[in-house]
Amino acid sequence: MFDFNIVTQWLDTLLMSFLPAWATVLIECVLVALVIITLYAVFAIVMIYMERKVCAWFQCRLGPDRVGPWGLLQVFCDVLKMMTKEIVNFRNTDQLLHHVAPFLVITASMTTFSCLPWNKGAQIIDFNVGVFFFLAISSIGVVGILLAGWSANNKYSLIGAMRSGAQIISYELSIGMIMLAMICLTGTMSFSEICQQQENLGWNIIRGHVPAVLCFILYLIAGNAECNRGPFDMPEAESELTAGYHTEYSGMDFGYYYLAEYMNLFICAGIAATIFLGGWAAPLVPGWEQWNHIMLYVPGAVWFVLKVFFVLMLLLWERWTFPRLRIDQLLTLEWKYMLPMTMTLLVVMALCVSFGFVWN
Amino acid sequence: MENKSYFSGLFSGIKSLCTGLKVTGRELFTKKVTERYPENRKTNELPERFRGVLVMPHNEKNEHKCIGCGICEMQCPNGTIKVESEMVEVDGKKKKQLVRYIYDHGCCMYCMLCTRACPQGAITFAPEYECAVFSREALIMQLNQPDSKCEEKPAPAKPAVAPKPAAAAAESQPVAGNATPDAAPAAPAADSAADEKMAKLMAAAKKAADNAAAEKVAAEEAAAKAAAAPDDAELKAAAEEAAAKATKLATAAENFAKKVAEAQQ
Repeated sequence: MFDFNIVTQWLDTLLMSFLPAWATVLIECVLVALVIITLYAVFAIVMIYMERKVCAWFQCRLGPDRVGPWGLLQVFCDVLKMMTKEIVNFRNTDQLLHHVAPFLVITASMTTFSCLPWNKGAQIIDFNVGVFFFLAISSIGVVGILLAGWSANNKYSLIGAMRSGAQIISYELSIGMIMLAMICLTGTMSFSEICQQQENLGWNIIRGHVPAVLCFILYLIAGNAECNRGPFDMPEAESELTAGYHTEYSGMDFGYYYLAEYMNLFICAGIAATIFLGGWAAPLVPGWEQWNHIMLYVPGAVWFVLKVFFVLMLLLWERWTFPRLRIDQLLTLEWKYMLPMTMTLLVVMALCVSFGFVWN
Repeated sequence: MENKSYFSGLFSGIKSLCTGLKVTGRELFTKKVTERYPENRKTNELPERFRGVLVMPHNEKNEHKCIGCGICEMQCPNGTIKVESEMVEVDGKKKKQLVRYIYDHGCCMYCMLCTRACPQGAITFAPEYECAVFSREALIMQLNQPDSKCEEKPAPAKPAVAPKPAAAAAESQPVAGNATPDAAPAAPAADSAADEKMAKLMAAAKKAADNAAAEKVAAEEAAAKAAAAPDDAELKAAAEEAAAKATKLATAAENFAKKVAEAQQ
């Protein structure tokens, strides 16, 4: 397995050899920021194209195919349109909060994005309480959404934001419980260690067998809710709230919400791939020496991206199948069904681990 | 969900969600229905029942079926259709004839009430879809072709109606008697061919009578068979049935003949 630490250490020693320490750190920070922003933009474009195509296939359509071959340039045109659109300022809105809100949302999204382990050694934010940090930072997004709804001085926005707040805070409980159950299994909160462990011992979804599979399914449901996506997209239910919390946004301000929504989906899938499907760990089968040998030639980043897109397909399948829930149904689902289930799963997982009932 | 308990509601919910996932999962791999329109305009085939534009089909002799009755015009909720007709004298009889059938495509809402109401089946909708023009006037069109005329129906109703009682009688249905009144009023309708029609009616009546006779013979045969094997209940029942059938047919044929005779006078 290719270890990305070789590259980073080589770069570090190279810069240190002729630059002072502060300059080295500065250059490295700028490089890392560039990489994050580039990856963020690239994956957002891929995601939007994929979403439109896959949703079309689920509905027996072809999807965008007019701009460029197979409609490949459609997303670029959309981005161009978004960037050249006028940003409208309304009277009686809280201008400052109105413009700060999208940045809060995109900041939360980008910070969580940098928690993803791309390859062995290729992780931007990695420390011993990585999962905890991820959960904490991802809740900043809801502040942005609430601010957006409040500052717009529009009843649709406010209702949308309130719904979104209720929804995200509720479903974060389930996500937290699921994460706890999986941490129970791994015994560590660091994403890199979780991945390394899965390479050595097997994927968590196989190690944890029944409770892990159930956790995975519940995570897909809660993750879709966390990303404000259908069937849980009533914060922006267009039939009743025009567009929910981002009704009053135009141009790139709206673009940030759009971007953040898709990237949150990517992050959600990325975390699912890391926690359950082994992250960058190749699918190794004990005993199949030949197979393992070939699989280890494939870089970890490829495995990671493949797994993320597999989870994304599952999420899109879910999103384009189920009808939208009402807000009371949504909260009923969380508080009466999901939360008891995840709590039970946490206990079951803890029992499994303490009695050694896991596959290693 | 309200009337279900917590767990049965949960499991039935999961089951229905899985059904939904199965449906969309299958849909992901089916052939896509999108038509790439401007590229495929040569090969694009619309469904047969597509309502694009009202047309009046003409046969190869430039004849249409419209009798100018104007029912379509009365049916149209938007006043899309104007039927202009005139009275002409044919063989000493006054007859309505279509002059111009004007259809305003710009007003049509494709409800199809006109085609449903048409007693002659003279108008129908064609699957045309490239209907854009540059002026409203261009949307107003005349559906009957120049110099076209109404299709002459050789004795219109008779070939269709007259054999009906006979056929019905052959099938030994009690409707046979009822079918004749339909034929009787039809007789005076077309005066020019009245004699021919009468002849046909009489032939049909004769046929019905023949049928009745044939049935009677069959009934007698069945009765003889039943008499030969007195123990066989099935044969006996069949014979009785045949006899009843024969009687019914005979009555129907008689009625029919009577009606024909009345119509003749």
